[in-house]
Amino acid sequence: MISNLDYMTLQQLWWVICSVVGALFLFLLFVQGGQTLLWQVAKNDTESAFVVNSLGRKWELPFTTLVLFGGALFASFPKFYSTSFGGAYWVWILILFTFIIQAVSYEYRKKPGNVWGAKTYELFMFINGSVGVLLIGAAVGTFYTGSAFSLNDMNQVTWQYTLGGVNLRGLEAAFSLFNLSLGLFLVFNARVLGALYLLNNLDLNAVPEMEPRLRKAVWTNFICLLPFLLYVVVSILLRKGFGVDEAGVVSMVSFKYFFNLLALPHLLVMLLGGIGLVIWGVMLGAFKGSVKGIWPAGLGTVLVGLCVLCLPAFNSTAFYPSTYDLQSSLTIYNASSSRYTLMVMTYVALFIPVLLAYITYLWKKMDAQKISTEDALDHEAY
Amino acid sequence: MIDVDPSLVNWSRAQFAFTAMYHWIFVPLTLGLSFLCAFFETIYLKTGNEEWKKITRFWMTLFGINFAIGVATGIILEFEFGTNWSNYSWMVGDIFGAPLAIEGLFAFFLEASFFAVMFFGWNRFSKGFHCFSTWMVAIGSNLSAVWILVANGWMQNPVGMAFNAETARFEMQNFAEVVFNPIAVSKFTHTSSSGFVMASAFVLTISCWYLIKKKHVEMAKKSIVVASVFGLVASCFVGFTGDEAAYEVAQKQPMKLAAMEGLYKGERGAGLVAMGIINDTKVPGDVQDSFLFEVKIPAMLSLLANREFGSFVPGIDDLVYGNTEENVMGVNTMIEKGKLALADLAAFKEARRNKTDDVAEAALARFEVNKEFMGYGYLDSPEEAVPPVYIVFNSFHLMAVLGSMFPVIFGAFLFFTLKGTLMETRWLLPIGLFTGLLGLLAQQAGWVTAEVGRQPWAIQGLMPVKVATTNLSVTSVQITFAMFAAVFTLLLIAEISIMLKQIAIGPEEH
Ligand code: HDD
Ligand code: HEM
Ligand code: HEM
Repeated sequence: MISNLDYMTLQQLWWVICSVVGALFLFLLFVQGGQTLLWQVAKNDTESAFVVNSLGRKWELPFTTLVLFGGALFASFPKFYSTSFGGAYWVWILILFTFIIQAVSYEYRKKPGNVWGAKTYELFMFINGSVGVLLIGAAVGTFYTGSAFSLNDMNQVTWQYTLGGVNLRGLEAAFSLFNLSLGLFLVFNARVLGALYLLNNLDLNAVPEMEPRLRKAVWTNFICLLPFLLYVVVSILLRKGFGVDEAGVVSMVSFKYFFNLLALPHLLVMLLGGIGLVIWGVMLGAFKGSVKGIWPAGLGTVLVGLCVLCLPAFNSTAFYPSTYDLQSSLTIYNASSSRYTLMVMTYVALFIPVLLAYITYLWKKMDAQKISTEDALDHEAY
Repeated sequence: MIDVDPSLVNWSRAQFAFTAMYHWIFVPLTLGLSFLCAFFETIYLKTGNEEWKKITRFWMTLFGINFAIGVATGIILEFEFGTNWSNYSWMVGDIFGAPLAIEGLFAFFLEASFFAVMFFGWNRFSKGFHCFSTWMVAIGSNLSAVWILVANGWMQNPVGMAFNAETARFEMQNFAEVVFNPIAVSKFTHTSSSGFVMASAFVLTISCWYLIKKKHVEMAKKSIVVASVFGLVASCFVGFTGDEAAYEVAQKQPMKLAAMEGLYKGERGAGLVAMGIINDTKVPGDVQDSFLFEVKIPAMLSLLANREFGSFVPGIDDLVYGNTEENVMGVNTMIEKGKLALADLAAFKEARRNKTDDVAEAALARFEVNKEFMGYGYLDSPEEAVPPVYIVFNSFHLMAVLGSMFPVIFGAFLFFTLKGTLMETRWLLPIGLFTGLLGLLAQQAGWVTAEVGRQPWAIQGLMPVKVATTNLSVTSVQITFAMFAAVFTLLLIAEISIMLKQIAIGPEEH
């Protein structure tokens, strides 16, 4: 059956698959959000130990999902992979650095002989959860704002943005209010999710003082994300977009994303439904005394993420636009792998449900017991 | 078509080599130690003896410390293809990206998910399931080796693809050929077994230290039994697969083989250099001797390279300047053909832009004739096709010498343990103390042989490294290089210090 799919369907399918992985990543950023809450919700060593050990059982998930996201983009949209990573060099390098330092932090923080002291590793976690997430948001933002690059005959990228003679290689993404807002929205959303996750995962009887702090953190961070979310949504509806005509010529189209939402109503449903679910999760966590808020809020984040990633790619839109040379812009049709490769990868993707099944099984089994004093203070604990 | 700054190429190389070699400090240990932990735990499961549980948990702690930094150094490699080798990523992403994605999907998640069970699931899962999880971590890490080596093997021997002039890139034609590439197969068998050797050597090192200090003697002895059996089997297999690797290199990358052996003048019945001091001032085509001193085993190289004593093994000079008698086409000829191919490709692109289809078709037809030599068109001189012989020769011989020592070392440990006189064999323990370091040296030497021997190619015969880079400023790469050097070194210091501390603490009761 897969071998009968036509090229265009495969290209669209793969954009959806990459978007799903990306959207799941945005949900899993609850680990990063939780890391930035450490100093706020945990006031002593025992409480810190609870937070770190709870997050520490999950930190590999967002990390590995990021790796998979990169791999999946490389395999299915190599021109995007080379243009964006090679072009916006500094943004990606900085994002990666924040993940490098995160990867050792859990394992080394409390180990005797760790040389740099627990505080250093906690700072690493904080940087990963704040700077790392902010930059990821800014990078995604360029799907809407575009970047200044050109591609030659051989599709080699030249980054064109300079400031005072210095080529910023992507750092200029942070100068855009839109990109920054998207980034800050992600940071605060990750913090909301982090607090909701901790409420769900910790044995709250063992650390009773933390519960009110966590519930407060859910609410305050939600309030903080609202203005940025509002700005991003309104701006998406109003801004000009990068439309592609039949012949593949790219031009600026007014209200492009607004019309995309109308043309693709399921994305509109995802956006509104997703925001609704996040609000529901926040209500559960902040006011209803429930520990289940992470589920609706998590699902809501995935839906919003899917909409944000698919909206600039479908309905004849260039998802990685160049503001320097419109015709260098990437669409899912000119940036993809060959039909053969996409077909092979589609067979491979049939494994994804198995993957999700065993991850879910292990997660459920592991979390059937909440993080207790024994887990947090064991000498092998993080 | 493209102008590249040689210092940009070299800095990009330096950065990639640096980060890859850092990754490779930790990876082989993961590949082997995960299996050793699984062995220890299986023995615990079968015997119910708490001593084995203690042993398992001790080695697992060290495994975890190593794993964390292995993961930290790995993520950057994956993205470096995009950040620093973006032309490469575009030109071959259609083929090269797939194994990377599959690695994440099949291997990394397996590893990462069961890792949490392995460390924190002792009281949450049954003993049997816990042991199963440990096995899954071992299988997961070795699966990741499969896929990344499929990717690397393809760079050494590009198969299952064709160049598409319209898109100006290489496209996959046959996935099975990419996966079952003989170079990928020999790389995987050799690399994973060398990881087993590495981990067994690591266990020997630490156990011998305990024995010398007379601490945790029971645990050390038990660990040595398992490690020396595993190490002995694996090191014999490493020799066997190493021979296979060399055979494949001879078939697919004759220039690399010539450099590995310092062979300038090809011959029939060529001898294998058992040891030698290579003449560093020799250049292709001159009349100097290649060696200042050498000991050769007659006709062995021909046997190793072609499985036939009297066969011809081309040397560097034959490959660079050609040898009509033995039917070897020289790089000089290939460069001429390659330049024609590149010119026809440019003409084709030009015609497509001008929408003159008949001109385009004609250019394409001319391009097809010489396209297999396209990569050579980027070389400026035939001598550029020669890798740094000095480095390749020495690293290869270092690896091979160490490789022949390991079976002896593991065999000796097994022998004296079974005889029950290990503690009395005072000369053996200090040797054991150093095996870990020797393993690490062999590992690094192996990759230096493989990768430096491939120069100047990023993809053998198709794409030189200098065409593969991202168009960046040298300063950017210098800064990131310095950042990597600083961060990785700080992390390495912490890793070593924690490791030593844990070893000093030793196994603990639970
Ligand atoms: C403990 C480590 C270790 C040991 C003892 C050996 N090797 Fe090795 N070797 C490696 C670890 C390694 C490696 C790091 O795993 C490499 C690098 C690339 C690869 O595929 O494996 C490698 C590569 C490598 C290559 C290059 C393959 C290529 O470029 O495609 C050859 C020809 C050999 N080996 C041959 C041998 C021989 C004849 C050995 C002697 C018995 C030997 N190796 C021992
Ligand atoms: C982990 C162990 C590895 C080590 C120690 C290693 C070592 C090196 C070295 C020394 C170089 C630079 C060679 C030079 O320019 O002189 C290099 C380059 C490179 N290697 Fe490897 N390598 C490793 C694994 C891999 C793997 C598995 C792949 C592919 C998946 C790979 C792909 C590359 C690429 C793309 C370059 C840059 C282009 C080039 O210089 O050829 N390496 N590596
Ligand atoms: C240039 C080539 C390479 C790339 C791009 C790469 C990429 C990565 C990445 C992204 C990770 C982190 C995975 C996670 O999220 O858990 C990782 C870890 C790992 N990689 Fe590599 N890798 C390379 C070379 C190799 C080679 C040659 C092997 C084995 C033969 C290998 C085996 C492993 C293993 C076993 C791990 C698990 C962690 C550990 O190192 O202890 N990698 N690698």
